Amino acid sequence: MKKTSEKVIEGGLAFSALITILTTIGILWVLLSESIGFFQEVSIIDFLTDTQWTPLFVQKHYGILPLLSGTFLTTAIAVAVALPIGLTIAIYLSEYAPKSLRKKVKPALEILAAVPTVVYGFFALTVVTPFLQTFIPGLGSFNAISAGIVMGIMIIPLISSLSEDALFAIPKSLREASYGMGATRFQTAFKVAVPSASSGIVVSVILAIARAIGETMIVSIAAGQQPILTMDPRDAVETITAYIVQVSLGDVQHGSIEYKTIFAAGITLFIFTFILNNISYWIKKKYQEKYE
Amino acid sequence: MNIITTKNVNAYYGDNHVLKDITLEIEQNSVTAFIGPSGCGKSTFLRTLNRMNDYIDGFRKEGDIIIDGSDIYDKSIRVEELRQKVGMVFQKPNPFPKTIFENVAYGLKIQGEKDKSKIAHVVEESLKNSALWDEVKENLNKSALSLSGGQQQRLCIARTLAVQPSIILMDEPASALDPISTAKIEELIAQLKEDYTIVIVTHNMQQASRISDKTAFFYMGDMIEYDKTKDIFTHPKNERTENYITGRFG
Amino acid sequence: MNNLQKNRLFDTYFKYFGIACTFFGLVVLAIFLVNIVIEGAHRIDWDFLMNLPSRRPQKAGILTAWTGTAWILGLTAIISIPIGVAAGVYLEEYGKKSQLATIIEINIANLAGVPSIIYGLLGLEIFVRVLNFGGSLMAGAFTLALLILPIIIVATREALKAVPSTLRQASFGMGATKWQTIWYQVLPASSGGILTGIILALSRAVGETAPLIVIGALAYVPFVAKSPLDEFTVLPMQIFNWASRPQHGFVVNAAAAIIILLLITFIMNGIAVYLRNKWQKKVNW
Repeated sequence: MKKTSEKVIEGGLAFSALITILTTIGILWVLLSESIGFFQEVSIIDFLTDTQWTPLFVQKHYGILPLLSGTFLTTAIAVAVALPIGLTIAIYLSEYAPKSLRKKVKPALEILAAVPTVVYGFFALTVVTPFLQTFIPGLGSFNAISAGIVMGIMIIPLISSLSEDALFAIPKSLREASYGMGATRFQTAFKVAVPSASSGIVVSVILAIARAIGETMIVSIAAGQQPILTMDPRDAVETITAYIVQVSLGDVQHGSIEYKTIFAAGITLFIFTFILNNISYWIKKKYQEKYE
Repeated sequence: MNIITTKNVNAYYGDNHVLKDITLEIEQNSVTAFIGPSGCGKSTFLRTLNRMNDYIDGFRKEGDIIIDGSDIYDKSIRVEELRQKVGMVFQKPNPFPKTIFENVAYGLKIQGEKDKSKIAHVVEESLKNSALWDEVKENLNKSALSLSGGQQQRLCIARTLAVQPSIILMDEPASALDPISTAKIEELIAQLKEDYTIVIVTHNMQQASRISDKTAFFYMGDMIEYDKTKDIFTHPKNERTENYITGRFG
Repeated sequence: MNNLQKNRLFDTYFKYFGIACTFFGLVVLAIFLVNIVIEGAHRIDWDFLMNLPSRRPQKAGILTAWTGTAWILGLTAIISIPIGVAAGVYLEEYGKKSQLATIIEINIANLAGVPSIIYGLLGLEIFVRVLNFGGSLMAGAFTLALLILPIIIVATREALKAVPSTLRQASFGMGATKWQTIWYQVLPASSGGILTGIILALSRAVGETAPLIVIGALAYVPFVAKSPLDEFTVLPMQIFNWASRPQHGFVVNAAAAIIILLLITFIMNGIAVYLRNKWQKKVNW
């Protein structure tokens, strides 16, 4: 009977959609269950305050701070590169450039985002680091700054595209009011357009930060595998993601404390990106009604 | 013989009361026109007859609508079968982005018809009955979107005919067409009357008076008057009808 | 210099700065690409493509890597396409106003922001251990499929949204059921957009390394995978492995492998963009 087959099909389609929920549940379960095991052996105070991370050495320390500093240092450098460049591109395209240029440039920039990250990592290691070494004294072959810069280049389109969309959504009338008073494009851009689009721009930056925090291959190849607590970009650092890779490449016994460390690191990473993504979602929702 | 009977039909979009107590009967093999100003409910009422309003959020109906002896809103009715019996032609021609042949054959396909020669025969007959066959018989595999507006609308009629309905609902079928195509559609309606019952919504009063046997005048959700077309247009009984017909508002 | 002149100057400076920034990223990428080609193009020959990896850089080849990539591509596609398109159809055509659909929507937005290495951890626990697939192609494909599922779902929904409601109405008006309308009319009409999204999603999967490392794709695989249960490696993994070695010969190999990987990536993206343009022209409702 036709009606039953319609219902069966709908059920199948709904189940496919539910798989996404199952994925989230799976992620949460996996991270939580192993992390709980971890925190039964390591106190959470130690985890958050110890300044050494040496689970693979004989003398074991489980302080996440070195990994956090590695992650944040590389992320900060990446955003320091991507934000000014990405925002400038967005402003240039929306306030200065002719429409035809905008149409061609936007897809071209997406190419930057399409390159596999392992390739970027290779560039950071073999091109950027030697180049920087020619004028930065004390720069090791593994360092935070090369990885940070290349990550920044990779996420430029993230900031430029979203910021540009935010600027584009501003009604023409606002700009016309500014021009009508004799303001230049520069003044209109920075005094009128950017402040109006600020929520969209902020969202793009938050998403860029989240992306950089979660990046794995660039830092694994170019930033190093030594978890040192440092703020010096010339040092080799290890990020949370690079640590997980390091352990996965080795021979680590399932059920051992070393095995569980990757989940403790993972859940830390997950919490940060989850918070960032939701803040941006919330900001977007709240300010979206502004022009409707 | 009355093929469509409605009793005290009220309809609502949310809190909006859009049809008020519509009671009328439509005879088999007749052409009935629904006229009235924009927003009067004539299209809404038309769409209750084939339950196309089911897709609108917040739509609610009270009263009975009986077609060919059965209450079409009864739980036991399969709405797909209803729509095969009661076909619809829309205001803007909406052929599928497929070939001319596939458009007309679609109705048979969804009923599970697999006999290729039967399908070809029905496609030909339907195109002939919608006065399109001569213009497209060499090009059945061309895209339907390559036809002109008037041809596309006749194609939409052909595809409706292919499932052999007994009633055809037309929602301002010629309003998007040029005068020559309009004339062809009107000619077609006059011919189709012999085998089908036609209900047509139109905002063109001259069209209504040209092609319909009976006319119903709707105004703000009410059916003000329903009578033989000749009588409605020559001596309407209700003052509002007269005002609309003579163009005092509209 | 009075105020007006100063403002004008800033305006002009910023314009040039803007142009410079716009091309900065692309210029840097171009430099990288030129460097890669110089470094690695000469290494690519038939032997390189068909050899197994080796401890000696001159003898090492990418056979296991690109066959692994082909396997992963195929398996991931088989798993993710039906589920992704089905989920997109459900959310766009069936579930629209339900509470469940809203929850799923928010959830998908969240999943899209989860770092890929976390999917690796998920795959490690669930597919490698609990379901016992081991560090096999199956585990890798399932993991990547989950990763790219949100991309396919969103692309499907966008393509379905672009189909005008008049098409659905015409089909319903003729007595077609909901599924018949979707299967015979809506899906064919949106197929271009859906296909574009699928290709972009798969091209992303081809370049992924981190999740596969976590589930146990091996760094050194001296055999070609013959079944989905075999252990494997993929091109990005091989590149990572070679880039981590000190010998210069391996750096050259890595560069050569990168050229191959980039070719695959750019071709896939190119096809997707081409399809999207072609479909958008065809569907000018």
